[in-house]
Amino acid sequence: METINAEIFTLTYGSMVRQLIADYEDVEEVNKQLDKMGFSMGQRLVDEFLAKSKTQRCSDFREAAEKIAKQGFKMFLNCQATVAGWNAEGTECSLILEDNPLTDFVELPEQLQGLKYSNLLCGVIRGALEMVNMDVECTFVRDVLQGDEVYEMRLKLLSSSPESYPFKDDD
Amino acid sequence: MGCFTFYIFNRKGRCQYYHEWQRLKPVRQGAGSQEEDFKLMFGLFWSMRALATALDPKNPNKQQMGAPQRIGEGCNFYSFKTSSYKLHFLESPTGLKFVLTTDPSVGSMQEQLQHIYAAMFVELVVKNPLYTPGEAFLFEPFSAALNKYMRTLGLLS
Repeated sequence: METINAEIFTLTYGSMVRQLIADYEDVEEVNKQLDKMGFSMGQRLVDEFLAKSKTQRCSDFREAAEKIAKQGFKMFLNCQATVAGWNAEGTECSLILEDNPLTDFVELPEQLQGLKYSNLLCGVIRGALEMVNMDVECTFVRDVLQGDEVYEMRLKLLSSSPESYPFKDDD
Repeated sequence: MGCFTFYIFNRKGRCQYYHEWQRLKPVRQGAGSQEEDFKLMFGLFWSMRALATALDPKNPNKQQMGAPQRIGEGCNFYSFKTSSYKLHFLESPTGLKFVLTTDPSVGSMQEQLQHIYAAMFVELVVKNPLYTPGEAFLFEPFSAALNKYMRTLGLLS
């Protein structure tokens, strides 16, 4: 697969976030925009992931989460996540990243402590899973930039819908 | 000339791309309109899969005929052959459906359809900024690559 220099990638992402902060002047809004951008990316990214890794259908949410953590992050960010913290029903879990290439060289200034710098990733995951008919909620709960040990994204499966026949019988 | 038509459907049943290399009988005399033709085609493989799943002798938990299924669940069919043409089918986990009709003498096209998905659809359509996911598209580079590939396969003269 085609790769690019990690530093260019990191710096480009950084300047994009910087621009969003300048444009929106509100940390919450920036978080929202990052998620939205990620969502559109995820919608496209998923096909590349599936086509190139020749992944077949995942039987359940557990398998999907594992695939994202082990293969997805590897393919696009060259890092691996671990899946942990499943709830009893198997509908919620955490993706834990020890290393996040987006945040190399990054420090959050005092006044931007509320910024979810890597929120784009949440959007990507949400967008990608939406394309395989899984509606999820994804949020950062721990962030190294805010003083935590690791990055942790909480994934919550809202619904997983079957494919339905799109046409009415009489038309 | 070994290939006739090619369709890409999204998971909502919308035809995103259609190409015909050879279609002796115009659509007007068959389904009536292009729209109808797409609908018939979609209904065809939809029902094929539902039927195949309902008749599956190996699946212990049989579903009721026509019960909603997740994408890729139940049986997936790869192709069927009639006396005059063969229809090849590939479905991605995102519910994209690739359909190719060829001459009945053509062998399995699963790998080739997978190649169209991975090397052409992803590279030339999904990565094209003008493409809106789920919408119909018409991109010259994709059509050109598809034609070229069909020629390499010897299906197009």
